[in-house]
Amino acid sequence: MLNQIRPAIVMLVLFSALTGLAYPLAIWAVAQVVAPGQANGGLVTLKDKVVGSSLIGQNFATDKYFHGRPSATQTQDPQHPDDPTKTIDAPYNAANSTGSNLGPTSQKLIDRVKADVEARRAAGETGPIPADSVTTSASGLDPDISPQYAFAQVAAVAKARNLPEDKVRALVQAHIEGRALGLFGEPRVNVLLLNVALDELSSS
Amino acid sequence: MTLVGWLQIAIVLALVLAAAVPLSAFIDKVMSGKRTRLSPLLLPVERGFYRLAGVDEAREQSAYHYTIAMIAFSIVGFLSLYALQRLQGVLPLNPQGFSAVDPALAFNTSTSFITNTNWQNYGGETTMSHLVQMLGLTVHNFVSAATGLAMAYALVRAFARSSATTVGNFWVDLTRCTLYVLLPISIIGAFALLFAGVPQTLAGSVDATTLEGAKQTISLGPVASQEIIKELGTNGGGFFNANSAHPFENPNAWSDIVETWALLVIPVASVLAFGRAVGDLRQGRAILIAMAILLVAGIAVLYWAEAAGNPLLTALGVDPSQGNMEGKEVRFGQSLTALFAAGTTGTSTGAVNAMHDSLTPLGGLVPMFNLLAGCIWPGGVGAGLYGFLVVAILAVFIAGLMVGRTPEYLGKKIEAREVKLAMFAVLIYPLAVLGFSAASVLLQTGLDSLGNSGPHGLSEIIYAYASQNANNGSAFAGLNGNTLWYNTTGGIVMLLGRFAYVVPVLAIAGSLAGKKKAPPSAGTFPTTGPLFVGLLIGVVVILYLLQYFPALALGPVVEHYLMLAGKTF
Repeated sequence: MLNQIRPAIVMLVLFSALTGLAYPLAIWAVAQVVAPGQANGGLVTLKDKVVGSSLIGQNFATDKYFHGRPSATQTQDPQHPDDPTKTIDAPYNAANSTGSNLGPTSQKLIDRVKADVEARRAAGETGPIPADSVTTSASGLDPDISPQYAFAQVAAVAKARNLPEDKVRALVQAHIEGRALGLFGEPRVNVLLLNVALDELSSS
Repeated sequence: MTLVGWLQIAIVLALVLAAAVPLSAFIDKVMSGKRTRLSPLLLPVERGFYRLAGVDEAREQSAYHYTIAMIAFSIVGFLSLYALQRLQGVLPLNPQGFSAVDPALAFNTSTSFITNTNWQNYGGETTMSHLVQMLGLTVHNFVSAATGLAMAYALVRAFARSSATTVGNFWVDLTRCTLYVLLPISIIGAFALLFAGVPQTLAGSVDATTLEGAKQTISLGPVASQEIIKELGTNGGGFFNANSAHPFENPNAWSDIVETWALLVIPVASVLAFGRAVGDLRQGRAILIAMAILLVAGIAVLYWAEAAGNPLLTALGVDPSQGNMEGKEVRFGQSLTALFAAGTTGTSTGAVNAMHDSLTPLGGLVPMFNLLAGCIWPGGVGAGLYGFLVVAILAVFIAGLMVGRTPEYLGKKIEAREVKLAMFAVLIYPLAVLGFSAASVLLQTGLDSLGNSGPHGLSEIIYAYASQNANNGSAFAGLNGNTLWYNTTGGIVMLLGRFAYVVPVLAIAGSLAGKKKAPPSAGTFPTTGPLFVGLLIGVVVILYLLQYFPALALGPVVEHYLMLAGKTF
């Protein structure tokens, strides 16, 4: 055993230097030159101000904007700053990703979805509710919604902004990203990019 | 289920196979010490490593000394990783200013990474400094995977050689696997992920002002370099808490394909490399076909169950056409999610692109069963191969009993000693998983951690121990594992799952290596045809499905029927 201690320690030190420092730092150095946009998180900048990342969803609460999916992310309860088990809801907290982890037979899940569906019905929505609009994503940071969910919001957004519905609908249509190569993934609409375009539409 | 969904699954699996065939030839060259195309570049580095470590590369080790070297390396790795976490507060590259990791959590995480498990009781972006992520976690993503392949090759050599006293040199296997196989593919893969949108920065976070004027702090880091080896080494420990569901780890269908490909390619290639090493490609193919049938059956059940949606939500007026979307991301959809979930648990990866806790009962049953069987279709890097070879040994033993002949596998007589050792390894699993699950159900501290009640709560506990035992690392994450009880017992289970399994396997290697290789005779049971494939699958069903059936019946199966009856908890 003892004569294996030296190779064990030396090998670990050498591999730490190679795979733990040289490898990530080399990738970092090249990445910052060849693809700085991606390497720094796909940040969206308007008038020199960072308004978010195109990959990370954000919480839209007002009627003026298209809303993303419900998010289950949490933050530390300010009433109990020292107890990490005490948290409060903080949708789209991009410093603490998580899903709801509610199982399919969870009463909490059913109650939450029921409340959301009833609120939407009260607001005048008819027909089947798109599944992504009442379920929380795995990361809590899903940047996308389904085209169905986006179209379902057109009337409300158009009304809040005093814009013609067809113009808003056309904007949504233009923001649908299809499957990669027409095959991989699902059609989707990036909510932040859609809302940025919506602001431009309103101001023009 | 749709045609386009199945096409996505079929194409990704075809890409894996297309790369695994040439990669298997390369792996076999690397592990048998031959020159490769990368030698001019890497040979000086390799020689330098041996010189500094005092390793004589020409000297092979017996199975016993090989095991000792592997254990020595694991102990040193454990201690250094534990120290790094406990000292991160005073070490550099800590832009978020995290303090020392709690002792129980540091124990669990260190065990987790040296055993290739990557169970996450920590949230990456809220607990670990960049230094720990790079110098601790990324390093073990490489070397724990290389250790797995090394151990598998020790067993492969035992089959390939006749009357041998040695099974290879652990230090040489470790070094060559890391330098020639893992590092080059990681470099290419890191750039593929980068161009797909995965960040690689040393910044800790960025503050954005949202369109509505709120502040959003976005965690960042050197993600791409860690992400690729996390999949390629079948590790699974995410940079972020949400793992490969986080848009920075897995931003779109392209990155998802790269990651799914990466987590399957080496396990598949190493099975084919086994065929090359024993001089009969059909031997590797037979095992791969058995693995593929089990994997694809799981994908089909998962995809079907998830695409059908949750009937309890459909009853509320939710459109079931998107399937069950709780805990899933829009960009992947049901088919790429099903492929990822079955692949990550069929291998010992444990990365997730959806929250397994929110899968439908039968959808969740698939990853759970994959874990209970020890993640062996196609398994972790190396671990899958030696895990399935144990199944093969038991299969030829059962075939031998049926015809009344001494069983043989690849020309080696399988005798009482090998079968006893194989059964010892195989029985560790239910003992660790069911034993600790039962204890957790009886203890209040075990129940306090539950995120869901009813049968789903039992599933959370069984899944946690099955995952750690199989060195997988995925979770039904509603269970709060970051407690003294789960950190400690989980750590013990991970150690048992790795070492109490592989030490008997290496003992089998030692025993087989010394035996003479007999040429096949008319009475030899063929281990290449459909009969053997069927026998392998039969042994898996008898060994694992029956063994765990009561536990599965009380968890996901009963939950499925209660869900159909409209019952909630």
